[in-house]
Amino acid sequence: MEELHEEKQGKAKKERTPMPEQPAEERIKNFSEVALGYSKEDALAEASRCLSCKDPKCVEGCPVNVDIPGFIKLVSEENFEEAIEKIKATNTLPAICGRVCPQETQCEALCVLGKKGQPVAIGRLERFCADYEREKGVKDPEAMTPTGKKVAVVGSGPAGLTAAADLAKLGHKVTIFESLHKAGGVLSYGIPEFRLPKEIVRQELEYIKKLGVEVKPNYIIGRIKTLDELCDDFDAVFLGTGAGLPNFMGIEGENLNGVYSANEFLTRVNLMKAYDPEYDTMVRHGKHVLVVGGGNVAMDAARSALRLGAEEVSIVYRRGEDEMPARREEIEHAKEEGIIFRLLTNPVHILGDEKFNVTGVECIKMELGEADKSGRRSPVPVEGSEFLVPADVVVIAIGTSPNPIIFKGSEGLEQNKRGTVVADEETGATSKCGVFAGGDVVTGAATVISAMGAGKKSAKAIDEYLKEK
Amino acid sequence: MAYKILEKEEIAPSVHRMIIDAPDIAKAAKAGQFIILRIDERGERVPLTIADFEKETGKVAIIFQEMGKSTKQLAKLSAGDFLEDFVGPLGNPADVRKLGTVILVGGGVGVAPIYPQAKAYRSAGNKVISIIGARNKDLLLLEEEMREASSELYIATDDGSKGQHGFVTDILKKILDSGEKVARVVIVGPPIMMKVGTGVASPYDVEIIVSLNSIMVDGTGMCGGCRVMVDGETKFTCIDGPEFDARKVDFVQLMNRLAMYRGEEAKAVEKYEEECRCGLH
Repeated sequence: MEELHEEKQGKAKKERTPMPEQPAEERIKNFSEVALGYSKEDALAEASRCLSCKDPKCVEGCPVNVDIPGFIKLVSEENFEEAIEKIKATNTLPAICGRVCPQETQCEALCVLGKKGQPVAIGRLERFCADYEREKGVKDPEAMTPTGKKVAVVGSGPAGLTAAADLAKLGHKVTIFESLHKAGGVLSYGIPEFRLPKEIVRQELEYIKKLGVEVKPNYIIGRIKTLDELCDDFDAVFLGTGAGLPNFMGIEGENLNGVYSANEFLTRVNLMKAYDPEYDTMVRHGKHVLVVGGGNVAMDAARSALRLGAEEVSIVYRRGEDEMPARREEIEHAKEEGIIFRLLTNPVHILGDEKFNVTGVECIKMELGEADKSGRRSPVPVEGSEFLVPADVVVIAIGTSPNPIIFKGSEGLEQNKRGTVVADEETGATSKCGVFAGGDVVTGAATVISAMGAGKKSAKAIDEYLKEK
Repeated sequence: MAYKILEKEEIAPSVHRMIIDAPDIAKAAKAGQFIILRIDERGERVPLTIADFEKETGKVAIIFQEMGKSTKQLAKLSAGDFLEDFVGPLGNPADVRKLGTVILVGGGVGVAPIYPQAKAYRSAGNKVISIIGARNKDLLLLEEEMREASSELYIATDDGSKGQHGFVTDILKKILDSGEKVARVVIVGPPIMMKVGTGVASPYDVEIIVSLNSIMVDGTGMCGGCRVMVDGETKFTCIDGPEFDARKVDFVQLMNRLAMYRGEEAKAVEKYEEECRCGLH
């Protein structure tokens, strides 16, 4: 009997609780969130799969070291309030991380259950807890004892928000400077509504403001004030300015009308709400849309174009599907929605008509050659395999570089060749005294959670720096 | 955030000057830079050149012509109203130095951006020859201000109702032909005027600078919508410009890119005017 029971339980543990979702044929007509979130029953079923390992590997995979078995145990005990408290002890933005973290390469990649079957759906449980709290009404944070120190945070994306929140919790007076009219960085302008509702970003920002953080939108460091002036006004500065500058391929026809950087296309659609006829924002609604790139941004752009009413959207990527840097779930969602994947394909030339509008893209087939320095096999063109893909909108999503504005009129901040800021990996300390940096501005384009991890480490280092100062 | 409109005046038919309370921008602004404004939550981000600024009072002036839906809507606001967003100063400041003699050419609303440049070049110790023009005398902007800011002022109108009958570029050619030693020509205005002006000045041994007005979203290098071909290379107007060496600018591409949303803009204006007639605005 005992044996039978164990076997039954073992079997139950193998199957991951599926995420309720909007059906593909429905969701391609709207911008509402695709994943609907676990019910209480789903969460309890999934939480019961966790083995509560004594030496939990999952925590090591989390850039902000959330006590994963700890919070999941609380979920299984139906103590959702304490579960979210546990998450928030190290993660300031759980509702966001639960939705956009690449769990399959981080916490869930190291889950013991994943060795033989499917890992615990840690991200979905994190999201459940955060959503549970939001529905109940988030408790206001307790007032901190002020230290009298002032810290400037430049950029209000994941790195800046995390650093700001942690510093505020330590009693420092934090001011965030944001160049756009809305805070959130990539969370606001980049990641689409159907993957990360802006209402959630707004509420997470509200919480950070309640910690005493002041947010100044429309304030460009490097234009209104230089970094040097900021250093004079504040006791320390954290740079979380991201990698905002879009890269282009440098191929013929790239400046034709209808060719967008993913940044522009997504900013118009997300931040400026071009999908809503009540807004004045313009964007070309293509019939045949071609997106270049294989990351999350490419998936976001392709799926946004589909929702704007495109008849056909294809993704062109020069390597194979296994090499795509996008989250697994985004690739699956994109496929379900009917996005065409043109793998091992590279654009060579963008064609236009006499009115300067894009009409198509000449592509070439690629094959994987020798492994490069990063260990990935580098693609090489197959001679004579050129073919034409008709397109009236082309979106280039091949990555971004750090924005140079921040460096204007400031001295002593060391950068490397790619334009990123040189910073200590553990502390974020830069070559300039009192200036710390973290996130994409240091690493180049990466993930929300790695930026948050960097913001967290820097906040700790800044706190130590301020104590010694 | 909200930014108060302190003054508003129609300085020519459908052309307005607005003064905004924006002390941070006023303090940092330099000639040649621009701002981006948003009227309300549903509005576009509209880039406009800074027409004037006062560090002491925190005032920033903009001049705009009613063209698209946003500028028509902007024209309906009055002193005491607020703009949702007003961000700047954007773009690199004009490269103002002591050069000797500088000719500034402004056409249409393009006169507005050259006014702060005229003041800046003059106070840097240059002889400033300004040439301003418009379709007719009613549309001519800032005549008095420009006269005061310049060492010499020339006027051209398309219909001859004021100054010389013809184009600003005709006067430009005449001055360059006169043998006066000119170090630099700065041309700001409609792209076709900048293209023609560049063509006129190119054969002379003179530096030619244009200030471009590309379509853009953020103005900080993020969208890349403002890309323009300069010397065979793609540049971003917002962070590499807005000033460029005129001889190297691909004006045809610039004009083509400015036409990107022309159809949509016309539709938006039609819809807005219909709504206005129905009393919705």
